[in-house]
Amino acid sequence: MSEHIVSKTIYFLIFGALMVLTVVTYWVALYDFGRMNVVIALAVAVTKAVLVVLFFMHVRYSTRLTKIVVISGFFWLAILVSLTLSDYFTRPATSGVGGVPASKSTR
Amino acid sequence: MAEAVHTTTGHPASAHAALQHHFENMEQQREAGTLGMWIFLVTEIMFFGGMFMAYILYRAYNADAFAAASNALNVKMGFANTIVLICSSLTMALAVYYSQVGKRMMIVVMLILTMILGTAFLVVKAFEYYDKYEKNEIPGRLFPSRPFKWGESGHGSPAQEPGRDATTERNPQAVQTGQEQKPDPNFASRVEMFFFIYFAMTGLHALHMVIGLGMLIVLTIMAWKGRFSPEYHSPVELGGLYWHFVDIVWIFLFPLLYLLGAHGVGGGH
Amino acid sequence: MIDAARIDDGVAVVPPKDNYINRAYSIKSWLLTKDHKRIAILYLITITFFFFLGGAFAVMIRLELLTPHSDLVQPETYNKFFTMHGVVMVFLFLIPSVPATLGNFLVPIMIGAKDLAFPKINLLSWYILVVGAAFILYAVVAGGVDTGWTFYTPYSSTYSNSYVMAAAIGVFITGFSSILTGLNFIVTIHTMRAPGMTWYRLPLFIWSHYATSLIMVLGTPVIAVTILLVGLERVFRVGIFDPAIGGDPILFQHLFWFYSHPAVYIMLLPGMGVISELIAAFSRKNIFGYKFVAFASLGIAIYGFLVWGHHMFTSGQSIYGSLIFSFLSYFVAIPSAIKVFNWTATLYRGSISYDTPMLYALGFIGFFLIGGTTGLFLAAIGLDIHVHDTYFVVAHFHYVMVGGTVMAYLGGLHYWWPKLTGRMYPEGWARLSALIIFVGFNLTFFPQFILGYMGMPRRYAAYPDDPIWQMLNVFSTAGASILGAGYLLPMIYLPWSMRYGKYAPANPWGATGLEWQTSSPPPTENFEETPIVTWEPYEYRPREEKVVVNKILPTD
Repeated sequence: MSEHIVSKTIYFLIFGALMVLTVVTYWVALYDFGRMNVVIALAVAVTKAVLVVLFFMHVRYSTRLTKIVVISGFFWLAILVSLTLSDYFTRPATSGVGGVPASKSTR
Repeated sequence: MAEAVHTTTGHPASAHAALQHHFENMEQQREAGTLGMWIFLVTEIMFFGGMFMAYILYRAYNADAFAAASNALNVKMGFANTIVLICSSLTMALAVYYSQVGKRMMIVVMLILTMILGTAFLVVKAFEYYDKYEKNEIPGRLFPSRPFKWGESGHGSPAQEPGRDATTERNPQAVQTGQEQKPDPNFASRVEMFFFIYFAMTGLHALHMVIGLGMLIVLTIMAWKGRFSPEYHSPVELGGLYWHFVDIVWIFLFPLLYLLGAHGVGGGH
Repeated sequence: MIDAARIDDGVAVVPPKDNYINRAYSIKSWLLTKDHKRIAILYLITITFFFFLGGAFAVMIRLELLTPHSDLVQPETYNKFFTMHGVVMVFLFLIPSVPATLGNFLVPIMIGAKDLAFPKINLLSWYILVVGAAFILYAVVAGGVDTGWTFYTPYSSTYSNSYVMAAAIGVFITGFSSILTGLNFIVTIHTMRAPGMTWYRLPLFIWSHYATSLIMVLGTPVIAVTILLVGLERVFRVGIFDPAIGGDPILFQHLFWFYSHPAVYIMLLPGMGVISELIAAFSRKNIFGYKFVAFASLGIAIYGFLVWGHHMFTSGQSIYGSLIFSFLSYFVAIPSAIKVFNWTATLYRGSISYDTPMLYALGFIGFFLIGGTTGLFLAAIGLDIHVHDTYFVVAHFHYVMVGGTVMAYLGGLHYWWPKLTGRMYPEGWARLSALIIFVGFNLTFFPQFILGYMGMPRRYAAYPDDPIWQMLNVFSTAGASILGAGYLLPMIYLPWSMRYGKYAPANPWGATGLEWQTSSPPPTENFEETPIVTWEPYEYRPREEKVVVNKILPTD
């Protein structure tokens, strides 16, 4: 069986990292970093997701085909989001949706 | 004709009991199953993705209303649920590990732990939903006796949130102008939008959790009956992939839904 | 049993003792089958029923449009007719048509496998289609849906009083049938090819179905979640498309067309795969530029996801967004054009015979050329503003979907009929039908280009009281009746042939491809022994030489 068995140690290490990152995400959200709040939240979420995908879901040890499949999924979602926003962000700003969103007022 | 190792009419007696008739060998079967599950997960990415698209769009244009609405969610419960799900991912991964090394009882233990944690998640979610029901924060007229209300008897009134300035929460402009203003009707409607997205996304996620629990029950029974071995444990692996995916969705939902306004509209905690 | 190594010379033979049809006769053996060939036949019966149901709605549309006034039915009823025509034809016929019937039957055989990767999921796909169809049928019978097959908000989410929920649930469910079929094909083609069957030895039919499956898997979930959100909006009385809470109805269109544009390639690509097989077989030549055609299929599938905004030029999409989509839309024609050029180049200096499947294939090339190039007209924003929501668009998509996909489907059905049933269809009647369809189709849809350009809106029960407009509409309806007759003829002679047709040999056409190396009909396991492939695809010799049937070696 050409199967790679990931060790329990790695699982616990990744688990620890996920816990730490969860606390970080919560802690950062308590402070106002303006626009960076979203960026940091997303960065942390993406990092956690990548750890789960690579180690819990074994993609690190999987075939190239599996890796292509995973990346394609997220890439296609990116197509949906980016081209749709290419409409909204170039509309004239109105009271509804339209225009480049103003930077979040910091309060 | 020389004795064929196998023909199209059937596998030899030495074939694994779990080998299906249309596959040549276990390796091919395992490869097909894994690829199939990954493609299914890609469809799930696109399925949830449609809702993420709506969230991204409306968050961009209603940042303040979304932040205020996000404040109405119970961050502690969301945080607890996140921890619970990550723990369940660990136990699921360990279940896969034990199936790879063939420790039957440990597989069962880990699967049961995963189920307990998953159920705990859903119980917390049920409490959250009920709380929203009581506070009239279920959007629209799903329950005609409790139409959506914001800023009056629901969130935004001082009795609900001790220590928070309900005035500023309801109307951010009040902070700048320094005076109480009439609640902006558009603001409440955008808050309702947030709640619609909240219920749609967490509801869909919870549905996937329920399906995952069903799958786990089946896997636990199979494991208990000793169906898995180092040579054959695909169902546990593939079940694990599904479970981790559902965890990943929550990893994104938690910050995007619960932590938007955690730093408060009127200043930090 | 037919000896696979025997050289065929078209002599009628008795069918093999054990094939997938006569293995068992009970209803249970069909309804609980895991055999991809039987599932294909189940699909064939289902989609044929829905083709004629959708056709019945088309008859009502064309009858109404004989006169300028809305005098046959009320406009509200007319709205239901064109909606149900679209919903049934798109979701219950076109999307499953070639992949679920010909694809299900042939994909495993063409790659040398015993079945698809997930036979039980294959059967589940069919049941899912049937359940979804039941919901849609309920909507039809209970009173109809009037939102258009496009379900635009806010009409579908808020204002329509027709059976939107039932239809939406039906569409939602049938989507999963499509997703599971695509998933099955991708995994099968990746993991179950016979020894020696490398990617570049695969028939182009397989490449097309692989590309189609990519679309099914990546696009369908988005329309599923979008329809779900419309349903939620109806239940909650608010939703994400509702301006009352800051929503944008145009978001629905973005999400809808993100799937529905690639969906037209789901409907088209498998047909193109059929055409590649037909052109090669009936020119007795290798397809010109095999790799170009293969990669063009992938190109259409992937690139087709980047152009959906061209359905929204007049909706309120920003001009810059529209410009991007218009620009990108021109390029999607390139891989399609490559295919048409390569098919034509294949015909050149080929040894051409005009059997029925070839008639359909040639018809496809002509119709697709017209339909495809009028798509380019529509990609131009300025022109689209003028003809959007007119009969020009209707003519465009009927040329590619009916003149394209349906022709390819019928051509494939006739080509592989001997393989599916073990019988030959009557060639004379079949050729006559093909010609009737060709004439009827043109008469139905070409006047619609003119009508659309002159300004006749689509989805209207009435039109201005102008003799020219009425004349063109009358031509269109007349053409539709001829077209209908053309479609009904195969419904008579194909079942007839199953009882009285000549028995078919393994390879009646002298064609290449693994499907012709096994008996007609094939045994349940598809092959006597697993094939080992050592030859390139489409290795045709001129007709004077006998086709050397490639020897299938025993495995060990």
